[in-house]
Amino acid sequence: MKKTTLFKVATQSIVKNKLRTMLTMLGIVIGVGAVIVMVAIGNGAQSQIEKQIGNLGTNMIVITAGSSAQGGVSQGAQTFNRLRITDADKIKAGATLLTAVSPVIVTRTQVIGGAGNWRTQVNGVSTDYLTIRNWGVSSGELFSDDDIRTKKKVVVLGATVAKNLFPDGGAVGSSVQLGRSPFQIVGVLETKGQTASGSDQDDVILVPYTTAQDRLSGFSFLAQILGSTASTKEIPAAIAEITQLMRDAHQLNGGNVPDDFTVRDQTAIAAAATSTTSVMTGLLAAIASISLIVGGIGIMNIMLVSVTERTREIGIRMAIGARGSDVLTQFLIESIVMSVLGGIIGLLVGLGGAAVLGKFTGWATATPWSAVVIAVGFSAAVGVFFGYYPARKAASMNPIQALRYE
Amino acid sequence: MSAASERSPTDPVIQLKGVVKRYSMGNNEVLAMRGVDLTVMSGEMIAIIGASGSGKSTMMNIIGCLDTPSEGTYRLDGVAVNGMSRDQLADLRNQKLGFVFQGFNLLPRTTALDNVELPMLYDRAARWTDTRREAAAALARVGLGERLDHEPSELSGGQQQRVAIARAIVTQPTLLLADEPTGNLDSHTTVDVMALFQALNAQGITIMIVTHEAEVAQYAKRIVEMRDGQIIRDTPVIDRHDAAADLAAMAPTGNLVGAH
Repeated sequence: MKKTTLFKVATQSIVKNKLRTMLTMLGIVIGVGAVIVMVAIGNGAQSQIEKQIGNLGTNMIVITAGSSAQGGVSQGAQTFNRLRITDADKIKAGATLLTAVSPVIVTRTQVIGGAGNWRTQVNGVSTDYLTIRNWGVSSGELFSDDDIRTKKKVVVLGATVAKNLFPDGGAVGSSVQLGRSPFQIVGVLETKGQTASGSDQDDVILVPYTTAQDRLSGFSFLAQILGSTASTKEIPAAIAEITQLMRDAHQLNGGNVPDDFTVRDQTAIAAAATSTTSVMTGLLAAIASISLIVGGIGIMNIMLVSVTERTREIGIRMAIGARGSDVLTQFLIESIVMSVLGGIIGLLVGLGGAAVLGKFTGWATATPWSAVVIAVGFSAAVGVFFGYYPARKAASMNPIQALRYE
Repeated sequence: MSAASERSPTDPVIQLKGVVKRYSMGNNEVLAMRGVDLTVMSGEMIAIIGASGSGKSTMMNIIGCLDTPSEGTYRLDGVAVNGMSRDQLADLRNQKLGFVFQGFNLLPRTTALDNVELPMLYDRAARWTDTRREAAAALARVGLGERLDHEPSELSGGQQQRVAIARAIVTQPTLLLADEPTGNLDSHTTVDVMALFQALNAQGITIMIVTHEAEVAQYAKRIVEMRDGQIIRDTPVIDRHDAAADLAAMAPTGNLVGAH
């Protein structure tokens, strides 16, 4: 029998037994649908987790000045301070993998205004700073690039500072005195809490780095340069890139001159993010394969019942000249067509379900193409694998007994 | 299949020589056929009769290439069937045999046309080009030319058996084998179906009917009676009944084809 004819015979048999076909497909529909929904939810959860871990600053890269040694006595980190604004500018201009770069000038000063005064850390930064730190303002706004260019005397207060100077609110719009100059308060930062080592991150004020250089610190060196990448994956490449840019800027090329700066990332947090992601992937794969196997066993069950129920039909086909291989192929095609069809329906159900769930949870429940291809491909494989045994059973029937079967 | 070249015109359609069929049931050995010799020539219409357990079904299975003899030889249309594989037997059934069963054995939820087309789809020799047309012609030949799209559930018993007969003759078999073809039919329909067999036989088709009804056997040209796995009688029918004439005599319910 020609393959096309066999295909026709098999599909006819599928169409003629709608209830049986639907019951058979149900297992695969549920299996594939569950896989698609789970992958979608998993992806949503994964990006949610990545986002949350990103809040910890996983994508942040810190460049500090290197150590210097005088007469063989190391002076420790940042003693040989040659980190300048020009370095930050060169990194910003040259680094392709960094999405944000900010110089950081650090000094301490007394803040006077509002309800009293408060001594705190002043960070002179660029507008990228909050992006890099995954930070935002709770009221007002950050100063602008224009403010930086014009060295404007504007300040953004950390939550702790704002609470101490303006316990009743109304900080934005007021002014405070830093050192001898009055500064306009343009914004108040969100509460960030403590660092891992226990220092209060909210006990800080931000000013344009140009203003800090001119009015507050009085020197042109930077404490650090901060940068961030779009995702943790690009960090190693970004570090290499920054290192090269810094070596060029400091003219360290040629000869074995060591770096006079240090580039670091949040390795521990990044590693945690990576392992969380891989655990998620493994979990999803495990659940997905279980539900597909259950669906496959469903197909095998119905196919076995179907073979018994259709014993007479098999006998008739054999009596009029069907070979064992014809019967085998017919049953295999039936099983494959049903599982692929079930896979496609399951895919649609899954995509719909994922969209609905995405709406309710607010997660980005995107289904990757690879999941679609794998789910449908796997359902076909399930059809072959679990369809083979019943088909084999049908093909090896004795026509005499099959014809006599009641 | 090289059968055609092996066959000479004088070869019989069926040639059984010393056929023995043994079954082992547990520790017991059952002899279903104990050395049967039978020769059937082209154009015959032969009835095999006998009580159940006489071995007629076993002989039917062997002649129908559904089973092979334990001993002895069987030649169908000049082809030695002994020692053939399952696939070869399947091909032989497709090429040379047509089956009609007691229970009609049509595929359910499948139109008459699709049922009749089926054996041609399994033809590995690819003898048929327009299988739809051939199937429709075979249905017309058994008087069902207008019921091509009816499914078995929409047909009467007699009509279902006609579809089965159309399916059996559509491949132009050397031999038409009917196993209790009237077992599920009322007396009127029985005569009606026998009339069809007689008409087909008159057109040159060799027919073998296995039955336990003596009246049915009277429509054949030759009766072979079996008992305990052996042929105990092999005689030509002297007072052969004409089914068409009997049908006309039964009158009131009228012709089956027209009535339904």
